[in-house]
Amino acid sequence: MDKVQLLLTLAAALFALGLLGVTVRRNLLVMLMCMELALNGANLALVTFAHQMGEAVGAVLVFLIFVVAAAEIAIAIPIVLLLVRRKRTLDPGAYSDLRG
Amino acid sequence: MGTLTLIVLLPLLGFLANGLLGNALGKRFVSVVGCGLPLASFALAVLALRALEAGGAPIVEVAYTWALIGDTAFEIAFYFDRLAAVMTLVVTGVGSVIHIYSTGYMHDDRSYARFFAYLNLFLFFMLLLVLGRSMLVLFVGWEGVGLASYLLIGFWYEDPANAAAGKKAFITNRVGDAGFLLGMFLLYFAFGTLDMDRIDAAFMSGPVAVSASLAGVLLFIGASGKSAQIPLHVWLPDAMAGPTPVSALIHAATMVTAGVYLVARMSGLYLNAPEASALVAAIGAATAFFAATIAIAQNDIKRVLAYSTVSQLGFMFAALGVGAYGVAIFHVFTHAFFKACLFLGAGSVIHALSGEQDIRRMGGLAKKIPLTFATFLVATAAIAGIPPLAGFFSKDEILWFAFASARGGSPLLWAVLAATALLTAFYMFRLLWLVFLGRSRVTPEVAHHVHESPWSMTGVLVVLAILSAFGGFVAIPHFLEPLLPLPAVAESARPLHKPLIALAIAIAAAGIAAAAYFFGGEAKRAAAVGERFAGVRRVLANKYYVDELYEAAIGRPLLWISEHVFLRLGDRALIDGTLHALAAAARGGAAMFARVQTGSLQLYVFLVLAGAAASLLWIWRHV
Repeated sequence: MDKVQLLLTLAAALFALGLLGVTVRRNLLVMLMCMELALNGANLALVTFAHQMGEAVGAVLVFLIFVVAAAEIAIAIPIVLLLVRRKRTLDPGAYSDLRG
Repeated sequence: MGTLTLIVLLPLLGFLANGLLGNALGKRFVSVVGCGLPLASFALAVLALRALEAGGAPIVEVAYTWALIGDTAFEIAFYFDRLAAVMTLVVTGVGSVIHIYSTGYMHDDRSYARFFAYLNLFLFFMLLLVLGRSMLVLFVGWEGVGLASYLLIGFWYEDPANAAAGKKAFITNRVGDAGFLLGMFLLYFAFGTLDMDRIDAAFMSGPVAVSASLAGVLLFIGASGKSAQIPLHVWLPDAMAGPTPVSALIHAATMVTAGVYLVARMSGLYLNAPEASALVAAIGAATAFFAATIAIAQNDIKRVLAYSTVSQLGFMFAALGVGAYGVAIFHVFTHAFFKACLFLGAGSVIHALSGEQDIRRMGGLAKKIPLTFATFLVATAAIAGIPPLAGFFSKDEILWFAFASARGGSPLLWAVLAATALLTAFYMFRLLWLVFLGRSRVTPEVAHHVHESPWSMTGVLVVLAILSAFGGFVAIPHFLEPLLPLPAVAESARPLHKPLIALAIAIAAAGIAAAAYFFGGEAKRAAAVGERFAGVRRVLANKYYVDELYEAAIGRPLLWISEHVFLRLGDRALIDGTLHALAAAARGGAAMFARVQTGSLQLYVFLVLAGAAASLLWIWRHV
């Protein structure tokens, strides 16, 4: 198994781990962390492909994605904080007031 | 702006001024505006008549082009010939004096300004009606006077009975208007114009593409609604719920003659419609007789006068039916004077007796209110047909043409109308006796207050009494002859003219004598006859149960259909049911789809994941 295959496998593993975490964990903060994990899996795949192609564009794009991810988490954490202040729990099931 | 437009618009101005500012500016302002503008219209009408006589040709004035459809222009145009002149002068002249009378009669009413605003509004629509050249303008005026009549009948709207009377008048008129509208459609379809002079000319100039009798009957249905002829007469007696000047102005002198005016205006059509004319004559004579019999048994002073109005309108239609259009307008003219005088006299009596209207609680008033009595006497004699008062001339001419006209005159028609004339003299003098002569039956507390009315009322009564006395010397039929020629007279009847006049006078005298015989003194004989024929009397007092018949034949079935078909089946089952079913379907569907929204974030993620995986699988398989 060469390096690219190894890195892609790692990326897929990271993504799957993140997805699994979002799906099965019932803690908002952990779910957010898992989402970041999945995102980073995708990032890793991007960098790997960019390296394989021998182009710098992909590598630069990764930094842009970092910025977006940071901004996203900067919004998401306060939302979670506000929710917790309201109901004192991190369980997303507690916030399903609009369910049918 | 032309004279005719100004004649019409001045009362509208009065309506706006009194309606918008009247309450703020006080009674003096209302009186000046309310009486001044109709008087100005009257003066302008006199000027217009002089211009007409000087020029000869009818004056046509286009005020506004309403609509232009293809080549046809619908104009608000005014048409002033001798017929319109007579009507305009009667409407503005009698209207003005009744306005002046109202300043006295309504003096203490708290809605003084509203009353004058309505009166002016009525005058505006009435002038639109008589001056309009096209049937369309006439119809606007026609509906407008109906509206004003409704407002004025229900003027004291706090009493539900008055409001009901107003509604009855309005709805009964709508029935007639349906016929009128159909007639208009028919004429427009045939001629492409609604200008009445053009339609008349088309009928007179040769064969036309429309049945004159059908159009004539349809228009007559409209006329019979407005002019209270059988079977649409029921509204007029109830219309007496309005203030007395209203009864005098609208329900005696002007509006109710609109039907007569319409038929006279469409004389070209009716001359070519012998069947429709025969119907007009028959309905007119029947109404005249029928209403006169009812008038005998009524005990409300205004109701007696109301039925006498219906009866006199019947006379006019009988004249129209035998082709004596000018004579019918002559009777409109004289009737306006003496009936206005009678109604206003009745108003003066009611005023003197603090609102009492029942003639069983009157009597012996001649000495206490002498001026009212004198004027009432003149007008009563005029309507009874005593020479040389106004009513004698017009009624005599109607009787003559009913007998001798080559266009449907017959001894039978004459006999019915002569019998009606007898009844007229009888019930009018019965009224006079029970109100003014004999022993006083006034209740003591009312008797204490009996007083003659103020000069604004009695002065008007005197003017109208003078006109009732001498109005017959104005030869209206002759004046209108170039426009509305009198019908040919059967040669065999000619020698009977003088004897028939003598007979008519004898009939009037007989009616008076009968009234004196029955109601003179203590009126014991009348009571005895009333006892003997209690059944007949009950039928007459209940107006032949026509109202009850209409209620049973039309009112109740309509209510039943409304309740069972329209309300339960249509409204509740069909409309409500459809909407409820739609709402239920929407709610059920929503409940089903709402289940998907479980609120479990993990489930959503899983489903998205599953969807994405399935898509990828599908792409891998198929692409």
